[in-house]
Amino acid sequence: MGITFRKETFRDDFTFRNSPEHIRRFPFPFHEDAYMYAVNIEPHVVGPKGSVLENLIDVDEHYIAEMQDRALVLAEDPLRCQSLPHMTLAGWDLLELLMEQQALGYPEHFTLTRDGDRWRWINRPLGIDDTFTFGDTSTLPYGPMEYITRQSQGDFCILDQRDGNLWMDAGMVTTQADWSLDFDIGMNFFEWHAPVPLAHEKGIFTRALKFLTNIQQGKPARRLNWTMTINPRLDTSPENYHKWGPDRTTVTPQNVGDKVHLRVELQSFWRLPRSNGIVFPIRCYLIKMDELVTQPKWARRLHRVIRDLPEELATYKGLTRYRPTLVEWLSKLDDGSPTSSGFGPD
Amino acid sequence: MSTGTTKLDVVVSDVVPVNELVTRFHFRRRDGELLPTFSGGAHVVVEMRDGDRTRLNPYSLMGSPLDTREYTISVRRDDVGRGGSLFMHRSVKPGLEMVISYPVNLFSLDLRAKKHLMLAGGIGITPFMAQTAQLAGEDGNFELHYTCRTASLGTYADVLRERYDRRIRLYHDDRDERIDLDRLLSTQPLGTHLYVCGPAGMINWVRDRAAALGWPSEAVHFEHFAAPQPGLPFDVTLAVSGKTIRVDEQQSLLEAIEAAGVDPPYLCRGGVCGQCETNVISYDGKFIHNDHWLSEDDHRSGCKIMPCVSRFEGRSLVLER
Repeated sequence: MGITFRKETFRDDFTFRNSPEHIRRFPFPFHEDAYMYAVNIEPHVVGPKGSVLENLIDVDEHYIAEMQDRALVLAEDPLRCQSLPHMTLAGWDLLELLMEQQALGYPEHFTLTRDGDRWRWINRPLGIDDTFTFGDTSTLPYGPMEYITRQSQGDFCILDQRDGNLWMDAGMVTTQADWSLDFDIGMNFFEWHAPVPLAHEKGIFTRALKFLTNIQQGKPARRLNWTMTINPRLDTSPENYHKWGPDRTTVTPQNVGDKVHLRVELQSFWRLPRSNGIVFPIRCYLIKMDELVTQPKWARRLHRVIRDLPEELATYKGLTRYRPTLVEWLSKLDDGSPTSSGFGPD
Repeated sequence: MSTGTTKLDVVVSDVVPVNELVTRFHFRRRDGELLPTFSGGAHVVVEMRDGDRTRLNPYSLMGSPLDTREYTISVRRDDVGRGGSLFMHRSVKPGLEMVISYPVNLFSLDLRAKKHLMLAGGIGITPFMAQTAQLAGEDGNFELHYTCRTASLGTYADVLRERYDRRIRLYHDDRDERIDLDRLLSTQPLGTHLYVCGPAGMINWVRDRAAALGWPSEAVHFEHFAAPQPGLPFDVTLAVSGKTIRVDEQQSLLEAIEAAGVDPPYLCRGGVCGQCETNVISYDGKFIHNDHWLSEDDHRSGCKIMPCVSRFEGRSLVLER
């Protein structure tokens, strides 16, 4: 048993693909034929077997390739991983959380053994077997947050909670949808959300902050967010805009199915026990249009959502240039028949 | 989201009288596993089943966050309170099975601080027991000033002196020893954070002096011990659930709402966290607001109440619950 990890790339020749099982488990984010912001937060509890929620920290067939891509990003730009001095304790909290969850969900791939402060961590997919002293940074090759997030899929923001606000004071961010940790580091919740259109007027951030500052230990929460990306590129950062921005001009009616990807973020929120901080994992899932439309319900619904998306949102998500081409392509797969409610394929 | 926090099934593993007013209670998990890790300043809500009454009282965790085999709390007996502390002192014995909440921290250390300056009054010492243990484990820079009525009522003063020596300063009311607060607050290094926990009068005094001496409010942290106060009984209509309830003399409004089978969210049960904030639909009478959450404007408006600590006197009160 265990996961068969794919050999693939998220840059240059873009060999990233989803297996048929991974297409079916894709976290399709639209439960109805339209999309608008909502405070769509729910308890992060274990979901059905075979879904991305089967474990609270999901490891999938892209694990090794994503970790290799992260290492490449960090080699070019070490500032993608930053931790302000007061956040080391929160880094240890995160290390414990990710080791526990990965070992619990995937015992054939990960093993954690604890003897007091003496911990041994075995990561078989990446060939790691390290023994270290919990709480003693000098016994690890990196700081605790960097060490474990080089071995965990998704981006991680660690938020310090003080003065009734949340502060972006540490993170590992290499698979982001056009935002920069180096720019946002040290900002509070309202500062780093300032560019988001429409949501401020709806009072969404005030309510979301109130909810997040009250997240309790043992009761994580989650929400889905989405955008679109041309080519299966994980690192769509402002720093590398010159590499991926021009991709958006390359979409043609012939290559939509291969080039255009729905990019879904499974965001979860966890109270950290020692530091009283919050960790915010942002796990990115990519699926190309050719793969997505193998599920007829998703094809019909995505057509309606993208066609009817308010202009401000289309602009914010960077879809403007290729939206007409995409809608035209999807429209051929939408016979107008009703879609069942809920996220899953029929 | 659901009410309150995740619960823990525990057993009372020890009950230790500390002095004439304070008793310490130790809890372990019934399944023998470790308890969740916590951070200094966190509290748990203890559920007390007292006949057909249920009380839920918050108590600071006072053990070291580095040791999660057991949780410890200290309870000061309050002979004129609503009976929660008397229940703990009289009825809770080793071996009793109880339910407590997961830890919640509303009085967290600011880990950016170059120095942590702590001021405790009376039983307000308990969160500092955990915070000093956490900081000592990390080589943190702290200093604790602790005021108590008499040496024999200086709960854990001896333990603290033995652990931390000159980092602990004691002041005894019966010897007329007083903190020279202005001097203390004026001579701290840049980057110091101030923490105060104790009676309301002490908290207000410290906050006022800190503000007057130019301390930024972000560097001043405080935890009120706003236990619900007893008062005259009153009747309330819960408009959403269509129920009319009576709040007894010794019961909080929140407890009476819960006893009627309605479960508003809560965390602190002490008027600070804001979770149980409730809209008032109509009233004829006067509010007794005891919370630290609503603004003065909210209090004056008569539109909101915090049912965990506040009460009402008058002819009618209708709440949106």
